[in-house]
Amino acid sequence: MSLQVNLQKSLRDFTLNVAFEADRDVMGILGASGCGKSMTLKCIAGIETPDTGRIVLNGRVLFDSKEKINLSPQKRRVGYLFQNYALFPNMTVRQNIGAGLFLPREDKQSRLSELLRLFQLEGLGDRYPRELSGGQQQRVALARSLAAEPEMLMLDEPFSALDEYLKENLQNEFIRLLESYEGDILLVTHSRDEIYCLCREAVVLQEGQVAIHAPVKELFRAPGNLAAARLSGCKNLSAIKKLGDRTLRALEWGVVLETEEEIPEGIGYVGIRAHDLVPAGAGTGKNWIPCHNPRLQEALFEQVMLFTAREGQREALWWKGSKEYWQDEMKEQVPEGFYLPPECLMLLRES
Amino acid sequence: MDWSPLYISIKTAAVSIIITFFLGIYLARWASRLKSGKIRLVVDGVLTLPLVLPPTVVGFFLLFTFGVKRPVGQFLVETMGVKIVFTWWATVIAAVVISLPLMYRSARGAFDQVDQNLLYAGRTLGMSERRIFWRVLMPAALPGVAAGGILAFARGLGEFGATAMLAGNIAGKTMTLPLAVYSKVAAGDMDGAYQYVGVILLLSFGTILLMNYFTLREGRTGKRRRAK
Repeated sequence: MSLQVNLQKSLRDFTLNVAFEADRDVMGILGASGCGKSMTLKCIAGIETPDTGRIVLNGRVLFDSKEKINLSPQKRRVGYLFQNYALFPNMTVRQNIGAGLFLPREDKQSRLSELLRLFQLEGLGDRYPRELSGGQQQRVALARSLAAEPEMLMLDEPFSALDEYLKENLQNEFIRLLESYEGDILLVTHSRDEIYCLCREAVVLQEGQVAIHAPVKELFRAPGNLAAARLSGCKNLSAIKKLGDRTLRALEWGVVLETEEEIPEGIGYVGIRAHDLVPAGAGTGKNWIPCHNPRLQEALFEQVMLFTAREGQREALWWKGSKEYWQDEMKEQVPEGFYLPPECLMLLRES
Repeated sequence: MDWSPLYISIKTAAVSIIITFFLGIYLARWASRLKSGKIRLVVDGVLTLPLVLPPTVVGFFLLFTFGVKRPVGQFLVETMGVKIVFTWWATVIAAVVISLPLMYRSARGAFDQVDQNLLYAGRTLGMSERRIFWRVLMPAALPGVAAGGILAFARGLGEFGATAMLAGNIAGKTMTLPLAVYSKVAAGDMDGAYQYVGVILLLSFGTILLMNYFTLREGRTGKRRRAK
């Protein structure tokens, strides 16, 4: 167990109450903006002080409200990559990376050269941050954080300041650069793609509370609760009434559905991903919903259809499929309805 | 023409700006770190007061503090044998008190505008607070701080009311340029007044040029940053 976090802090709109453990891995913190993600990182880094709680890193107590321990950020050895990178504008790349490097002059120079090479910044050492591209700035910030040899690294929305088309390349690049780093990594983001690509485990925060803590694969397969399902990108959600061990009525869609697994106690919602809906005719029988008021949208690589299953439905249902499927299989015709495969239904608790 | 008012004015302005500059920066840093918003409001008010009060009133309070019969003045005379009132040091104290609010407010504004993440980054990198202040905060806030310093320098140079109250108007000792202009006009010597007015005009214009240089330079780097 290398990082244990348990902290409470009352904020203006809600109370932050976060507890989790991370163990030698990339851990994701997923949440909508303003849910307390950045505040959690700041508390771990020692920039903000929690009201109560305890933070332990590799057996070292960084903060303990009961024992009145509160190490300064300087002593915590926690790296922090800021959303805007926070590069010192008055310093060159070399000086920026060297800011957290306290070594004798010669050792420092050779270490700096090594870091510049490692992060593909050769030849940029004497430039100022404003003269660099977004990706280069990100590499400088990462090199600067790692130069100080932190015991763990926290990344606050590392890709949000970058252009969309750069992101995918940079994510691969990023993974490569972080492979050699041995400490824990906390990645904060509101993007489910980044969590899915980069993390093995994730914590979902909602209004300052841990809504769920699970391995990422599981989080996306069976999110468990409503907030996690929304954040994992599930668009079709409905409140339910349980009818039997394996049958329920989706109140929002006005249909009876059969599920593959037995419905446990406390399940209040059902969800299905837009890609999992199967176009089907009216004769399909069970788990079929009609398609009313279809609206077509063409996305870059996909065909999207919004529709309702009953009159007066508030939120539209989403179907997504590949363009080939839409053109070749469906002949660009709106189907009579959709089949909801029982194995694709996600059973969700309210919180 | 007696050049001593020019000499006294420059000496006073030079010494007082050094005190004002560092004291203002220190107070600004201290005030922006105060945790309680209410205390900060009061501190801000007290430090800004000399800017709002008529200088004669500030001079009145200074007399009240440094007069030889007053606790502080008495203490200085008895322990160190230093008399403040009606000496050259009085011109410095008057100039410092009057110009400090300008320095303090400019510096605080400049500090508050610096991206807090820069300071946080410095801390997580293990830089000491002193190092962060001189290597990160000051360079980032420098244009604003420098402009405030020049403004305070100009205000100290033109100080009249509080100086007259605390330092008097002793030729060759406490008579600064503004006081010299006043004395010449009061004595009906308009030609003499013209000469001092001319000197003040030149000095003040030079100060404005210097200030514009700093603020325009700030604008340029700002534009460059945006363009990239």
